[in-house]
Amino acid sequence: MGHGHGGGGFVQDDEILGKAYDARLTRRLISYLKPYRREVGLAVGLLFLMSATQIVPPIIAKFIIDSAITPAVSGAIPQAEGFARLAMLGIAYVIVLALASGFRFWQNVLTTSIGQRAMYDLRLQLFRHLQYLSLGFFDRNPVGRLMTRITNDIDALTEMVSRGVVSIFGDLFTLLAVMVVMLLLDVRLALLTFLVIPVLVGITAFFRGMMRDSFRAIRIRLARVNTYLNETLSGMSIVQLFTRERATFAQFDGLNEELYQANRGAVRAMSTFQPSIMFTRAATSAMLFVAGGYWIIQGELTIGTLSAFWLLLEQFFRPILDLAERYNILQAAMASSERVFTLLDTKATIEDPPHPVELEHVRGEVRFDGVSFAYNEPDWVLRDVDFTISAGESVAIVGATGAGKTSIISLISRFYDVQRGRILLDGVDLREMRQREVRRHVGVVLQDPFIFAGTVASNIRLNDTAITDEQVRWAARFVNADTFIDRLPEGYETVVTERGSTLSVGQKQLLAFARAIAFNPEIMLVLDEATSSVDTETERLIQDALQKLMRGRTSIVIAHRLSTIQNVDRIIVLHKGRLVESGSHRDLLAQRGVYHRLYELQYRAHEVAQA
Amino acid sequence: MTMAAVLAVVPPRFIGQIVDALNVGTELGVVIVLALGSVSFAAAEAITRGFSRYQIINASRRIEYEVRNDLLGHLQTMHLGYFQHQRIGDLMARLTNDLTAVRQMYGFGIVMTASTMMLLVFTVISMIGVSLKLTVLTLLLMPVASGTFWIVGRKVHHKFQELQAQFGAMSTKAQENFSGIRVVKAFSQEEPEIRSFAEVNAEYVRRAVDLAKLNGLIWPAMAFIMGIAVLATLYVGGRDAIEGHLTIGQLVQFIAYQSLIAWPMIALGEITNIFQQGWASLVRLQELFDARASVADPEDAVETPIRGEVELRGVSFAYGQAIVLRDISFKVPAGGSLAIVGATGSGKSSLVNLIPRLFDPQQGDVFIDGIDVRRYRLEALRRAIGYVPQETFLFSVPLRENVGFGAAEPLTDAQLQWAGDVSQLNKDVEDFPARFETMIGERGVTLSGGQKQRTAIARAVAKDPRILILDDALSSVDTYTEAEILRRLRSVMRDRTSIVVAHRISTVKDADEILVLDDGRIVERGSHSELLLRRGRYAQMYRRQLLEEELEVDEERDQHEKRVRAEREVESGGSAPRILRERLGLQD
Repeated sequence: MGHGHGGGGFVQDDEILGKAYDARLTRRLISYLKPYRREVGLAVGLLFLMSATQIVPPIIAKFIIDSAITPAVSGAIPQAEGFARLAMLGIAYVIVLALASGFRFWQNVLTTSIGQRAMYDLRLQLFRHLQYLSLGFFDRNPVGRLMTRITNDIDALTEMVSRGVVSIFGDLFTLLAVMVVMLLLDVRLALLTFLVIPVLVGITAFFRGMMRDSFRAIRIRLARVNTYLNETLSGMSIVQLFTRERATFAQFDGLNEELYQANRGAVRAMSTFQPSIMFTRAATSAMLFVAGGYWIIQGELTIGTLSAFWLLLEQFFRPILDLAERYNILQAAMASSERVFTLLDTKATIEDPPHPVELEHVRGEVRFDGVSFAYNEPDWVLRDVDFTISAGESVAIVGATGAGKTSIISLISRFYDVQRGRILLDGVDLREMRQREVRRHVGVVLQDPFIFAGTVASNIRLNDTAITDEQVRWAARFVNADTFIDRLPEGYETVVTERGSTLSVGQKQLLAFARAIAFNPEIMLVLDEATSSVDTETERLIQDALQKLMRGRTSIVIAHRLSTIQNVDRIIVLHKGRLVESGSHRDLLAQRGVYHRLYELQYRAHEVAQA
Repeated sequence: MTMAAVLAVVPPRFIGQIVDALNVGTELGVVIVLALGSVSFAAAEAITRGFSRYQIINASRRIEYEVRNDLLGHLQTMHLGYFQHQRIGDLMARLTNDLTAVRQMYGFGIVMTASTMMLLVFTVISMIGVSLKLTVLTLLLMPVASGTFWIVGRKVHHKFQELQAQFGAMSTKAQENFSGIRVVKAFSQEEPEIRSFAEVNAEYVRRAVDLAKLNGLIWPAMAFIMGIAVLATLYVGGRDAIEGHLTIGQLVQFIAYQSLIAWPMIALGEITNIFQQGWASLVRLQELFDARASVADPEDAVETPIRGEVELRGVSFAYGQAIVLRDISFKVPAGGSLAIVGATGSGKSSLVNLIPRLFDPQQGDVFIDGIDVRRYRLEALRRAIGYVPQETFLFSVPLRENVGFGAAEPLTDAQLQWAGDVSQLNKDVEDFPARFETMIGERGVTLSGGQKQRTAIARAVAKDPRILILDDALSSVDTYTEAEILRRLRSVMRDRTSIVVAHRISTVKDADEILVLDDGRIVERGSHSELLLRRGRYAQMYRRQLLEEELEVDEERDQHEKRVRAEREVESGGSAPRILRERLGLQD
């Protein structure tokens, strides 16, 4: 299980392609900018200033030609006066240039930081949302997929906010400013220049369709190539054992070729689009010179103005050349936002009640009342289970693999909700309490002790600052973990890595015990998995710690050690999801039923093997 | 590229001439002719540029395609040990990110280098034609731009790496949280976890903004420097014009040249980056190609058809330092059957892996029909073997293709039915939406563990192999179905060799010989009855399983009877204890 069907996790949902613009998603994305209204306002203002200052240099160039050079050359003003005007205009030019650069810089930094902060919020919201989804969700969704959502997808959105959206505004402003200045400089020439706009709109509309289809085709086919590659690499031994190398290669070659063809389409579109825009620019400037030349000959236009128009033309065309890149960013971001929002919209299946019951004092009585439970109906894991564990009682649950023991532990922590029946804590249905409240009173030692990156101490207290260093040490001492911790180079401050690779399995288990006891719960649930790789000394420490853990509180243990089941008050025997026997070790053995056989099978054999 | 560059430097000359003509006063006709000249050259340039760009970028895509194919082809020849050593994630990263970097180097990198160089050469020549003084001035200022870009670019690179490191930290934090979500929930640590994620997240944002500050500097600085270059031209050129050394048309022409090379000059810095990254990635791809398969075809392969006799002689095998098989010898005649039992980690899987040469042993030899397996072509060897691995791996293709995965030809319906019958898959298939055409995997039906295993068995049987190897292949199948499969397999395997690894005695008891492995050694061997008489490890296993079966028996009977009723087949009508006894090979 858990294997096969390669491909999983790598490019899931990539076939959600994203249109470049989706009003619903865009509106939702923009809502994340609301807290930064003022910054956005400032950024737009800066954009405006930037566009404005950007078009000033061509105007100054006009004056340099018209008011300084031309009159001086023609002798209308003395040479010295020409030089002086040149110098003055030069200084103005530098100032404007410096301002333009400054605005641009400021605006750049501001938009990036707005984008980053807005996406910080979204990322945190997503993380928070995931924290409160039920375990069933995590059973279904591989970690890799969730990681992609919270890292790559959000990054694509940041990119869109700080580069895509803002640049579009900037481009619009620039276009507008250029048009205004042109009109101010010379209305006729300006209107003539604007004749090119329909042509440009036509060209872009034509290529936009082509590019959209190409980009979409590339995205789908790339996803296919990578999925296939991932699956083939994962199942390489099967490919080889079944001598499928040639067939697999041929199939891959087909997918790869399709991707190449899609790319080729995009390359063709891009290689036609950019030159056609450049050609339009050249044609426009030629037209400008012909018309401008005519008016100059008529004496209705100056050479400087014509030159300024020509320089402005450059700024007019630049945004259009960048269009394809913008388009791609938008398209990718739409796909990402769709995936992120889908995740955000996933409802938690386990929720706190609107009016939760608060327990003043928890005694620790646990009751299963006709409980039936399935991870996936109709594969029932528990069938109509009834039992009561009184406060302070210690109970072992035994049964063959798949009998439903682990599910009982998960249900008492309310990791899942039961389909039928009720689970009561001190007579209150778990579903009527806050999950936090339940878990505060119920401690769990899990089968696979999970160690977080941090120190030994931080792994015992987790993030609960209310637990003092003293309590951490006490907890470690209580479960016999202090001996090995004291031997570590930095003691309680020793750094342990993710998955606890620096600690042995036995040490991890002791650490998990210490963690559970540090939180001092009224009810203790223990998954006591027999581990073959624990040395006898540690094994003795673990057994001793287990006894201490269970003393004086309600405890339920999934026991794999004979010593544990011999020391509990009562044993509950599960078989195929049903409660079949219940009683003390001695009584159950005397019944010679399921427990007796289980005992012969598991515990005695285990003891024999150990001896 | 050269042509495009030559064509590109012409239009500014026309524009300069227009301006000059206008300045001294001219006919409109002259202006029109000059303008038309300018447009035609621009058109020619656009076409050549577009064409050459298409050629080169397209070639880079073709290279990407070829390299991707070659990589898969190469990886397919690599031995299993290589894939256990290399993580799939890392291989995928190389096949995606690194390949992209290399493609960009070959495509965009070359296009940019070529066009920049050409354009630079021809523009500078043309510039000198207008004014040497202004050319020198420009050439002094322009490198400042690329220089700045390069220096800032290096710092940006550094900051970028810092950002990437934090990205890694954030991913690790998220991964740890998602993997340990049970503990997080059990200890109500959601809020503290959110706080600690917020910290990493905030640091990421801080670094990103930090990078933006530096990165945001580049373009304004470039625009500023280029602006200064234009101003210097206007100022110095303007003085020259006033003094009569230069015409206004020439001045405008010169500014046109400057704007022509402005972007390529800036891009020089970018190009350096592309080449650096591309080169690093190329090295990483080369590493993949340099890896040599340790299991490969022999130089002079034997071509005799395989009958199916399998023999191991003094075989020892180790993964690195860990020895897993010690001095193993056995012989199965063609058509015979062998079973292997033993605890987890005793070396059973490693042993059967040696037969289709998923690994080669360090010591000893593996023979098929008396010939060393290393002397067969891998394809011929593996074609003769049907293998059902311990961990079932199915592909995301229709069920029919999964079953026919190893067959030389697409399976006929009859073959498919037969394979499905032997593996007891047909009953499940009836419930699938499109029967054998049903898609398997995330985009289709998700199979249960037992269904997966039975599909894998059907896949191995459909190959019609001389030797069938089942590596713990019935572990997820219930005991009743297992008995059915074994009964059908026995008739299929009558004249073929079978090697079965199993935990259940019921699976192995009918084998001609049973090997009991412990810590890589054969500790017991013989037939079922011989081994029972020895009262050793095998007998002990047997006793335990009898007890287990007793536990199962009530449920089994229920299930079985339900099944029989549902199918309205009265096959045997035997009571549960009898079924049990039969299955365990006990005679009354």
